[in-house]
Amino acid sequence: MNKIQSASDLYQWREQIRSRQNLEDGVVYVCGGTGCQALGCQKVKEAFEKELAKLKRGRKIVLKSTGCPGLCEKGPLVTLHPQDLFYQKVKPEDVPRIVAETILQGKVIEDLLLEDPADRRKILSSREVPFYRPQMRLLLGNNEFIDPTRIGDYVAMGGYQALAETLLRMKPEEVISEIKASGLRGRGGAGYPTGQKWENCRRAAGEPKYIVCNCDEGDPGAFMDRSLLEGNPHSILEGMLIGAYAIGASRGFIYVRHEYPLALQHAEIAISQAREAGLLGKNILGTGLEFDVETAQGGGAFVCGESTALIASIEGRTGEPWSKQIHTVAQGLWGKPTNINNVETWANVPLILQKGSQWFSTLGTDGSKGTKIFSLVGKVKNTGLVEVPMGTTLREIIYDIGGGPQDGKRIKAVQTGGPSGGCIPASLFHLPVDYESLSQAGSMMGSGGMIVMDEGTCMVDVAKYFVHFLEEESCGKCLPCREGLRRMGQILDGISEGKGDSETLPLLEELAAVVADASLCGLGKTAPNPVLSALRYFREEFEEHLVHQRCPAGVCHSLVRYSISPEACTGCGACQKICPAGAIKGEKEEPHHIEAELCTKCGSCMEVCPTRAVLVC
Amino acid sequence: MKRKTINLTVDDKPIEAEEGTTILLAARQYGIHIPTICYLEGLSPYGGCRICVVEIGGGNGKNSLDTSCTRQVQEGMIVQTQSPRVVRARKMIAELLVASAPNVKVAQDIAARMGLMKVRFPMDDNRCILCGLCIRMCYEQMDGKALGFAGRGTGRWVTMPFQKRPESCRLCRGCEYVCPGTIVPCQGIKVPGELCGRCRPVEEYRCCPNSTFGCFCEENPL
Repeated sequence: MNKIQSASDLYQWREQIRSRQNLEDGVVYVCGGTGCQALGCQKVKEAFEKELAKLKRGRKIVLKSTGCPGLCEKGPLVTLHPQDLFYQKVKPEDVPRIVAETILQGKVIEDLLLEDPADRRKILSSREVPFYRPQMRLLLGNNEFIDPTRIGDYVAMGGYQALAETLLRMKPEEVISEIKASGLRGRGGAGYPTGQKWENCRRAAGEPKYIVCNCDEGDPGAFMDRSLLEGNPHSILEGMLIGAYAIGASRGFIYVRHEYPLALQHAEIAISQAREAGLLGKNILGTGLEFDVETAQGGGAFVCGESTALIASIEGRTGEPWSKQIHTVAQGLWGKPTNINNVETWANVPLILQKGSQWFSTLGTDGSKGTKIFSLVGKVKNTGLVEVPMGTTLREIIYDIGGGPQDGKRIKAVQTGGPSGGCIPASLFHLPVDYESLSQAGSMMGSGGMIVMDEGTCMVDVAKYFVHFLEEESCGKCLPCREGLRRMGQILDGISEGKGDSETLPLLEELAAVVADASLCGLGKTAPNPVLSALRYFREEFEEHLVHQRCPAGVCHSLVRYSISPEACTGCGACQKICPAGAIKGEKEEPHHIEAELCTKCGSCMEVCPTRAVLVC
Repeated sequence: MKRKTINLTVDDKPIEAEEGTTILLAARQYGIHIPTICYLEGLSPYGGCRICVVEIGGGNGKNSLDTSCTRQVQEGMIVQTQSPRVVRARKMIAELLVASAPNVKVAQDIAARMGLMKVRFPMDDNRCILCGLCIRMCYEQMDGKALGFAGRGTGRWVTMPFQKRPESCRLCRGCEYVCPGTIVPCQGIKVPGELCGRCRPVEEYRCCPNSTFGCFCEENPL
């Protein structure tokens, strides 16, 4: 490949790729995201390779393994062009059919189409999928059609165009004021204005300056950064290049957590391709800009997402935070000014410069602009990645996009912002999703995790889960976080066993307040949020555990009692056979009963009962 | 080179400090005592024990807590070393500390100073409070580089590289010298969960009549 030396080179290259793409007879896009890989998309891809190789030479069908399109629930996903068909839950056995019928004869295979749950109508194109319809997929939309390991795909979609125009037409200060005018705020969770951060870093004394892309996404159930870096790594690189130009940085790092091997691999491929094309290195696009990026891998510590711990980790020290009185924009990596932004923030940058800050600032609410990606998981019908404009209400996200509750249960709460966020009860689902209203409700935007809970979820159990998660992930440097979280975990363990008195909840609250107040870094400062918000909105559930020794959701093991309803029991004996403790007694054809002393509360009887006669209380 | 002088307010008193000093040192120069555990003159501040937290406000109504041993003075800073928020945090930190290491003298002393009589958490018996003094002593003063933290969170412990004494350790015993765990503890604790409180100051000190619990002035250091 020739090096791209100017904007016109880039334009020519794009036209070349486009004209080559026009000669193709069709494209098969197979989702290659981590979610679909777990569902076996690799086998689907291999089957396509085999089937397509059998075709006659004259037909040019291209097979592309793309990034995550978001609807992970229905994977592996296959999109066909030019037929514009969207097949879901494709198995390798379906592939010969797809090639023979759809690709060669243009016939639609009905049973692979997605069904609209509302009117049972079959959906042909991905644009009509109810999960996608209310979304605004500015960042994720391209994932579906880009092979992340080919720079050509990104360039053909107009990639690096924003960079070329920025470098040629704008001064660094103008770029910063454009970002400021757009109102873009950090997508990592805290929501610091990006333009302001860039300006602080540009003004800070010290050379060289560094920029970092933070992909240490450790929240349980969150995967939007992974999908962006996996699915469209060049958009991150382009954002970083523009940032480097605006800030005056000469080196960049993409910090990827250890658990994201595919994201790391794609980032590395993208870097080497960009280097080869002359988009990284010296004299980029003939403008004299010098910038290079390398990847850095974490060791699997949640705290390394915190900026000072992240810096320590890149430098090769233990990933522990230090006092943040001097911000990293002034003294970061090796004591030099360092600008750290989240993956999603960087991905927004090319978009803003391409379409203008005016356009960007029309999206969203007063304080929060643009779109935000959420990973919607938990007890909803459609789980996956959701990109909506800021200000969309929780109800729209959970019911319209997520499809509402599973198996007719009632949704009770949504946990936003990961372990640092809080639970928002269903009564507040009218809240628009933006930085301010979520933190007012006692939660936070966080990086964008969204875990939906229904009545089968116990809030004590949820709080316990997050506290134990953070207790494990706390680096242990400062006492309130290390000891405080351990004690909070102990107290919550006690509550879930019904142990405690009238002092327990006030002690928990007092402890949580001090941990939030006195901890060293963001991990400890936000760690009590799940507990405090659960206590704020679901205090009666905690009291129920303590006072009445009862878990209303039937989750907390030691408080749950299994019994068999004599009316519903047919005496089939299925439960008796499966019970590992031999706790179920009763004659055949007679109603059975459970002996409480022997019951180990494993729940097997409930699963096998054909008449749902096993009750939990 | 002459350093700039910074004006700040500590406990409603205007004080002056050289640029680059920490709040802790500036306050101590004026006889305002702030308790510390993991701080030792001559070693770099660590900010781990958090007992030296103070309330810092810029006058904009948004106050935050930060450790005075690491935070440098800033022009116009308003610092509270005894505000209710600080006292609440210190008491809880002392309670957490003494619950995890009831047989360490520093933990006992801090708890006594805070006026704690009861610990609401189940007592453990750790001898190391993870203050990191030994590590910094070894690294910074003795050039030993023989100690460090291993593990994470509650599984954190102080150890030598690969748990073997390295050649760089000259058995200088600097680590032992600074370790608060080596001081013979008070033998007064008999009932788990109860603190004997015999060493707790009973009379109020004249230097700070308003303090709700023991005082931390220079006349009565920890």
